[in-house]
Amino acid sequence: MLKLEPRTAPRAWLNLVLPLIAIIVTLVLCSGLIAISGASIVEAYSVMLSGALGSKLNVTETLVRATPMIFTGLAVTVAFRAKFWNIGAEGQLMAGAVAAAVVGAYPMPGPLAMLLMALAGAAAGALVALVPGLLRVKLKVDDVVSSLLLNSVVFYAVMAAIEGPWKDPFSGYPISPPIEDSAALPRLIEGTRLHLGVLAAFVAAGLVWLLLSRTTLGFRIRVVGENAEAARYGGIAVGRVIVITALISGALAGLAGVGEVGGVHFQVMSDLSPGYGYSGIVIAMLARLNPLGVVPAAIFLAIVMTGAEAMSRATGVPVFLADVIQGTALLAMLVALLFTGYRLRRVKGVA
Amino acid sequence: MSAVLDQVLQLGFLAAILRIATPLLFATLGEMFSERAGVLNLGIEGIMLISAMTGFSGAYFSGSLWIGVAVAIATGALFGLVHAILTVALGLSQHVAGIGLTLFTSGLAYFLFRLLFGQQSVPPSIKGFTTLPIPGLAELPYVGPLLFNQFALVYAAFLAVPISAFLLYATPWGLALRMTGENPRAADSAGISVIGKRFQAVVLGGALMGVAGAFLSMAQFNAFTFGVISGRGWVAIALVVFGRWDPWRCTAAALLFAAIDALQLRLQAAGLGHIPYEVFLILPFLLTIVAMALVSRNAVAPAALLKPFRKEER
Repeated sequence: MLKLEPRTAPRAWLNLVLPLIAIIVTLVLCSGLIAISGASIVEAYSVMLSGALGSKLNVTETLVRATPMIFTGLAVTVAFRAKFWNIGAEGQLMAGAVAAAVVGAYPMPGPLAMLLMALAGAAAGALVALVPGLLRVKLKVDDVVSSLLLNSVVFYAVMAAIEGPWKDPFSGYPISPPIEDSAALPRLIEGTRLHLGVLAAFVAAGLVWLLLSRTTLGFRIRVVGENAEAARYGGIAVGRVIVITALISGALAGLAGVGEVGGVHFQVMSDLSPGYGYSGIVIAMLARLNPLGVVPAAIFLAIVMTGAEAMSRATGVPVFLADVIQGTALLAMLVALLFTGYRLRRVKGVA
Repeated sequence: MSAVLDQVLQLGFLAAILRIATPLLFATLGEMFSERAGVLNLGIEGIMLISAMTGFSGAYFSGSLWIGVAVAIATGALFGLVHAILTVALGLSQHVAGIGLTLFTSGLAYFLFRLLFGQQSVPPSIKGFTTLPIPGLAELPYVGPLLFNQFALVYAAFLAVPISAFLLYATPWGLALRMTGENPRAADSAGISVIGKRFQAVVLGGALMGVAGAFLSMAQFNAFTFGVISGRGWVAIALVVFGRWDPWRCTAAALLFAAIDALQLRLQAAGLGHIPYEVFLILPFLLTIVAMALVSRNAVAPAALLKPFRKEER
């Protein structure tokens, strides 16, 4: 029979192979759903791929879609590295979006507006993440539940604002007033929606990688995550590191909101994020909590999301296949991760 | 005349509280069983959603509401089983697996619903549950219409509370379940199958979440829409903490929040829009966070919550 037993030395090559296996398993499992929709599996997946990458415009749309998810993926990565279980990237993203939309509505020179929007958005996200961080450090409150519940608090608060005092007076819909034209993030390629935030996301991934692997703070974050007892024994102020981690994580999620307001929507509405905060968890896990892995993982999900719309139009397979793929990928990756800590061994006889 | 009207309104208000509390009660009890055995189930939001979908579809195609409820229960139990396999058998991280389950089941619910019904401008609806007056009792003054003229599932929810308390506190099964959540090592030494108990708790919990979903799509809204759950699963997570993992306190918490919700609806309907209704929707979440901050030092959560159990590791 087969038995799972602890693996002695972790293998580096698994970092690359496991996500690929998880993705392949996911696509195979989800092809069953395509089949029961009455479409051809090969056709559906190929339309999905060409819909996401088939033309220059499609590629830029996919990158625009990946951008908020790179930020939330990084936010979750930093947090999970310290074993600070931030499930609240969704709310932190909304807080960042609100702050950016408020700042961006004031007339001022473009570059200044963008800088202030980014700072305000990062600060707002950090502030929201600070709540579960402080609650955990000071009062031993479970961060999973508190950060999750804060998502709903932020969401309803934003709804109350855009349906009430903050509603755009010139619109019939519950949306915030738009930001100034000068505050909109510049387009990198004319005729596409590829905006400055896309570039910022790639830079952010590099910076977070530097932070985690090349700085003292990054070292402390990793040690706290790997062994909090040892960290404490080694003189690291564990509580302070967790609070700082929460701030960085929240700021990154807040920047996801800044990019959506500054580069895509130019105002805040209730469906600003179709769950990018939760996608961040999927991405961070697929990336095995490596900031550089976050970029391809986010692009993968973006391909699935943009491609699913083309697939749905062409083959009639419901667009929600993208959501199923996302959830399946996370579960498949979790199962695949078992093989890093354990390995399957054939055991003789019956245990 | 106005005094009479007042009373009818009062009565309707109290009856509404019981109705609104019903799905919260089922979901909260389900999550409570799971957590008492040491397993956090963040899949609750998605499990409720997909059960609401399958229950509705079951009723739609079979023509029988009770078949729909049975389908919803089976769906909830099935995805409870999936969560148990992931977190108990494989020992995967409970919160990440739960979020994954919610993402998966939500996507699957929308996918299958679109496949079954296509894209329609008017969403399909069913003739949902009607109230079931209890003969003899429903005619009682005041309490009759309030307590004994409700949906069958409302009675079931309030019967489920003492049954849950009895199971948890007065049976060997409940004792074993609680030991499993507090001290799995000790439970194991006492010859209790920790894995088995956790499976039972999570599957039972999933089934209860399934009923919660069924109530929403088959008694409250009589349709499956995208917003049919709209965070009620997360509210249940909050209520379990607020109710300190105890069936009676959880019921009190569910009633309190149902009252807040009913008040909110009433104020909205009366056009008393001075306070945005979202304030009332935020309250359960905010109060729970405050409550967690106040009670966490007492360590009332099951001690082994979030901790996977492996028999061979000591």
